[in-house]
Amino acid sequence: MSDPGRLSFHVPAPAVRPGGTPDFSEVKIAPAGEVRRPDVDVAAEDIRDLAYSIIRVLNREGEAVGPWANQLSAEALLEGLRHMMTLRAFDARMLMAQRQGKTSFYMQHMGEEAVSCAFQRALSPGDMNFPTHRQAGLLIAGGYPMLKMMSQIYSNELDPLKGRQLPIMYSSREHGFFSISGNLGTQFVQAVGWAMASAIKRDTKIAAGWIGDGSTAESDFHAALVFASTYKAPVVLNIVNNQWAISTFQGIARGGSGTFAARGLGFGMPALRVDGNDYLAVHAVAKWAVERARRNLGPTLIEYVTYRVGAHSTSDDPTAYRPKMESDSWPLGDPVLRLKQHLIRLGAWSEERHKQAEAEILASVIETQKEAEAHGTLHSGPHPSARDMFEGVYEAMPPHLRRQRQQAGV
Amino acid sequence: MVEAIRDALDVSMQRDENVVVFGEDVGYFGGVFRCTQGLQQKFGMSRCFDTPISELGIVGVAVGMAAYGLRPCVEIQFADYMYPGYDQIVSEVARLRYRSNGEFTAPLVVRMPTGGGIFGGQTHSQSPEALFVHVAGLKTVVPSNPYDAKGLLIAAIEDNDPVIFLEPKRLYNGPFDGHHDRPVTPWSKHAQGEVPDGHYTVPLGKAAIRRAGAAVTVLAYGTMVFVAEAAAAETGIDAEVIDLRTLLPYDLETIVASVEKTGRCVIVHEATLTGGYGAELAALVQERCFYSLEAPIARVTGWDTPYPHAQEWDYFPGPARVGRALKAVMEA
Repeated sequence: MSDPGRLSFHVPAPAVRPGGTPDFSEVKIAPAGEVRRPDVDVAAEDIRDLAYSIIRVLNREGEAVGPWANQLSAEALLEGLRHMMTLRAFDARMLMAQRQGKTSFYMQHMGEEAVSCAFQRALSPGDMNFPTHRQAGLLIAGGYPMLKMMSQIYSNELDPLKGRQLPIMYSSREHGFFSISGNLGTQFVQAVGWAMASAIKRDTKIAAGWIGDGSTAESDFHAALVFASTYKAPVVLNIVNNQWAISTFQGIARGGSGTFAARGLGFGMPALRVDGNDYLAVHAVAKWAVERARRNLGPTLIEYVTYRVGAHSTSDDPTAYRPKMESDSWPLGDPVLRLKQHLIRLGAWSEERHKQAEAEILASVIETQKEAEAHGTLHSGPHPSARDMFEGVYEAMPPHLRRQRQQAGV
Repeated sequence: MVEAIRDALDVSMQRDENVVVFGEDVGYFGGVFRCTQGLQQKFGMSRCFDTPISELGIVGVAVGMAAYGLRPCVEIQFADYMYPGYDQIVSEVARLRYRSNGEFTAPLVVRMPTGGGIFGGQTHSQSPEALFVHVAGLKTVVPSNPYDAKGLLIAAIEDNDPVIFLEPKRLYNGPFDGHHDRPVTPWSKHAQGEVPDGHYTVPLGKAAIRRAGAAVTVLAYGTMVFVAEAAAAETGIDAEVIDLRTLLPYDLETIVASVEKTGRCVIVHEATLTGGYGAELAALVQERCFYSLEAPIARVTGWDTPYPHAQEWDYFPGPARVGRALKAVMEA
């Protein structure tokens, strides 16, 4: 045996940093329509390859091709486009509002709109999402009033959460949207618990858990997979891989695992990888996984391959850690433009109608924004009272809190 | 006390089909301390089941279940094993009602054996109650006898807020006064070992006076209640021993009334001293009873070390140490 020499320490790093030329040649993209669509009762071990490929429906020409196509009518797709455009306009206005000091914090979805908007379409009333920070499309596609979203962001007098939560940490039981924590990964295992409860009660509802590529490193992710696998919980476990965890590229969390989806294989769980910027593909895969859960066939792990075009949050500056124009080189394109192109190709849409819709949507978002601001923003106008701060810690206020409220003089 | 806890679970599962019980070794085997023995047989696999060894997973799925509408009562095998689940308890269980403005709640109970006295070493002996009392949104309960254990556990399960239920494991088989070299008295020979059949509750947030006295107030809970009683008997000091039972919300009225009467206060717990629950009690007594106090408040606790194995009885705040504190406070 030869002398092994001294050890060396390995720290993964992205191929390119600011000043370099963006390079996504490492991202292997299967042609649209190429990946097969198995039956929902397929054995996990028979589709292990799907964890390493990318399910895509829309090709470069804007055609829907392959076995995962033709799940939605043109009418439904138009509605989907509208949801994504609404989310984008909403983001733009709220980002600006944050810059204007009307709120403390915001997180936008730019580039990732298809993931949550298309997923929501696959659920039924009564199902429950356990979302993380960048899934407001679940609310918009689910019909949650935008006025409430804005009021939550502004912590104003209409804020359903009474000013207690950081902006965008929405909650709506009625709309199947579990209260966002702000701690990373915690909701993933809770989704499994909710699904276990539904099975215990012989109900028909299912749950969906959400997590980012970076947060898959949390123990909660692994606990979720263990419990989902052990109890065959009726849950869809979604990993949104947007390439960046604040400043950390996805290779830091992924480590030696080929893909994030592949993490499901050791748990005996069907694991699929999908083009997250392809509305049709996201919806088709979500529908497949939802049907599996509904038919008591157990959990599915899905990795949505997408790209975070904007900053992580309003407190972040991505030019410090990645090339400025990297998003232009992202090989999976823009979800809104791709669906638009497809609808035009179908003859259901046109450039002109798109421009018109953009203007209409923006006008309606601005109108709602004005209404929300009439009820206050973070630093001006009506807002929840200091007295509210003491409510709701417990069902009934215990004596020590009552004394503290008195002391606070509110 | 094991039987009383099992009975509380049995009664609760019978009364409410949303009550589910799970944890490590909890299902088929009935728990390493046998607190869930027979429940799986009686209520079926979907009401009482074994889990993977993941405290994070146990608490995390319980949050999801509670949000759905179940009432999970989970077991963490030893309080010492709770830390992997602590983030779920602090960031999720405790805050869910508040952060969702009541839209989602977590009416769940986390049971865990606490305290030493069984030669469990540093990973089977800890008393982490201060880590829960410090967290807004939780209620923390420590029973000291079978009657209370049953009544408090039923009350905890029926409570709409999350409850941390710490079971002093040294009390599982009998009252323990700290004299480790004497034979164990079984609960069957103790008045508080009498546990009525069926449903009853002991309200959360109410202390009990275990020994009435006029000279000094002893604030204790769990195993230390018996140690305090032994110390009072052995020193002949007329101590009033208060069993707090619920650490949060605490029963300030009972504490204040007693200290105002006695003018002296000794606080006893098995957990480490610094930043412990005793510090909170001392502050409360000082704030409320300063002008009634005739001596500085004394604390008798475990030392600020990890819980040692061979030196268990040097660490444990037994009746001799409590007795010395009682005398010192009386002489001050």
